[in-house]
Amino acid sequence: MKSNLTRYLLASAALVGSVSLFALKAEDKVVPDADNAGLKLPAGFGALVAAETGGRARHITVTPQGLIYVKLNRPNAAGKGILMLRSTANGKAEVAGGLGNYGGTGIYSTQDYLYASSDQDVYRYKLNSKGEVANPAQPEKIITGLIDRGQHESKSITLDKAGNIYVNIGAYANACQVNDRQKRSKGRPNCPILDSAGGIWQFRADKLNQGYAAGTRYATGLRNVVGLDWNTQANQLFVMQHGRDQLSDNWPELFTTKQSAELPAECLYALNKGDNAGWPYIYYAPLQRKKMLAPEYGGDGKKVADGNYLEPAAAYPAHTAPNALLFYTGTMFPEKYRNGAFIAFHGSWNRAPEPQKGYYVVFQPFKDGKPFGEYEVFADNFAGSPEKAAAGRPDHKPCGLAQGTDGSLYVTDDKKGTVYRIVYAKK
Amino acid sequence: MKQILVLLAVLAWFSEPAAAQKKATPKAKPTAKAAAPAASLAAGKALYAQSCLSCHQADGGGVDRMNAPLTQTTWVLGDKTRLVKVMLNGMQGVEVDGEKYANVMPAFDYLTDQQLADVLTYVRNSFGNKASALSGAEVKAVRATNKK
Repeated sequence: MKSNLTRYLLASAALVGSVSLFALKAEDKVVPDADNAGLKLPAGFGALVAAETGGRARHITVTPQGLIYVKLNRPNAAGKGILMLRSTANGKAEVAGGLGNYGGTGIYSTQDYLYASSDQDVYRYKLNSKGEVANPAQPEKIITGLIDRGQHESKSITLDKAGNIYVNIGAYANACQVNDRQKRSKGRPNCPILDSAGGIWQFRADKLNQGYAAGTRYATGLRNVVGLDWNTQANQLFVMQHGRDQLSDNWPELFTTKQSAELPAECLYALNKGDNAGWPYIYYAPLQRKKMLAPEYGGDGKKVADGNYLEPAAAYPAHTAPNALLFYTGTMFPEKYRNGAFIAFHGSWNRAPEPQKGYYVVFQPFKDGKPFGEYEVFADNFAGSPEKAAAGRPDHKPCGLAQGTDGSLYVTDDKKGTVYRIVYAKK
Repeated sequence: MKQILVLLAVLAWFSEPAAAQKKATPKAKPTAKAAAPAASLAAGKALYAQSCLSCHQADGGGVDRMNAPLTQTTWVLGDKTRLVKVMLNGMQGVEVDGEKYANVMPAFDYLTDQQLADVLTYVRNSFGNKASALSGAEVKAVRATNKK
């Protein structure tokens, strides 16, 4: 009832908004769509389609001046891999420019610089006082020559407050088998992939042309991280790992398809320099809350792993593909959201033949820089219906998260290119 | 069960004009549009569920940018030799109809000639696909010349 009332109020606001709010500056007033852009949200929240980019919108960032930059998976018809969006009326935005001729995932901004990644390199662009890229054709290449073998190719990025940039270099394999994804193929001893991938690398944000030798392998044993963010309360890097696939496909005598759909958990890790999260030697079983020995390395679904591997900070349903992590520091949302984590789950494929899952944004409460209590699904129904989600045929796939200058939450979709904006309707 | 009945009905419908055509024009290529044998389709369906479904999905549509679709693509409907070689050798980094797919497809060379024929016959006649069947002998011939 309460949500119906809210919905009615929001719908009414949408209808009369254009008439009654002339007095306000157009870009200050945010009007949710009558149907909340098709999303299911907690009471008091509303959503609108802020923009349709028409591209495969991966990660997103909002500059302190309120300009929005979106990284596209591959360049659009105009050959641009980064889109710049400006606010228009009623909380919406429109594509106002583009730059960069490369596809990729990572994008991040500070007061002075825009950072963006291809699947091999990381660039930065100087921003002017309005947050615009001054010389779009002349980026500075700060990191170069990162390994890209097609699989887990996204080079997601984030910065700390001390001038360091962190880059995910995903493992170009599922489980470091002799033959990747091959039934009953054993794990390669002392997995050689980990020398150049399967971890987070740290570089300086202001030095040019840094290759592997100039960087530090900050943390290893992470199969693939697409969502990562710096937590300023804990002064620590947090990452979401995409857990391994195909336990049952590759080891049918050890795992049923049902077990394979629920194993392993997608894990949140709080990283310190030198940490090892254990891929490919272990996987995390959420029910037992144990790190299990991977079948490629002698595991049988029951053997607990030895070794000094990092404990997850939190765990989420298997194969749901966490593609973005954002610590919320705004004041628009109610107090409980402050300094907690939003996580965009792109949605699963490797739960088949069991129903697919994900295609939602989760909220994970935090206290004093640590996960505190159970997560909740915050924004649901990007898929369009429960049936589309179960079939793995969603309309939209949430992929990127950013906080607007007013505390709005932006969500990108790399299926159709929609940019969503979620707001809290103040009382 | 219901699906098998539908398949049988479809097969019956196709076999009649095919037979009639054969009598009228004996020079027509008999295998070009020959209906897939029901036994091969049933065996192929079971193999698909075991070995293919978790990546290519129940509807054969694959996964965006991860696992290639099996629907309406020349890789499935076209040259049989190329298709058999994908099964024998696996595939990675190949563009399918202008799209890159990130995941590795492992080799399925441990399946027998007849199993490979069955699963490929099933895939070529499911998810809206309609293409000729493969025989174990055809797979055997490709395997004999397959260079790894």
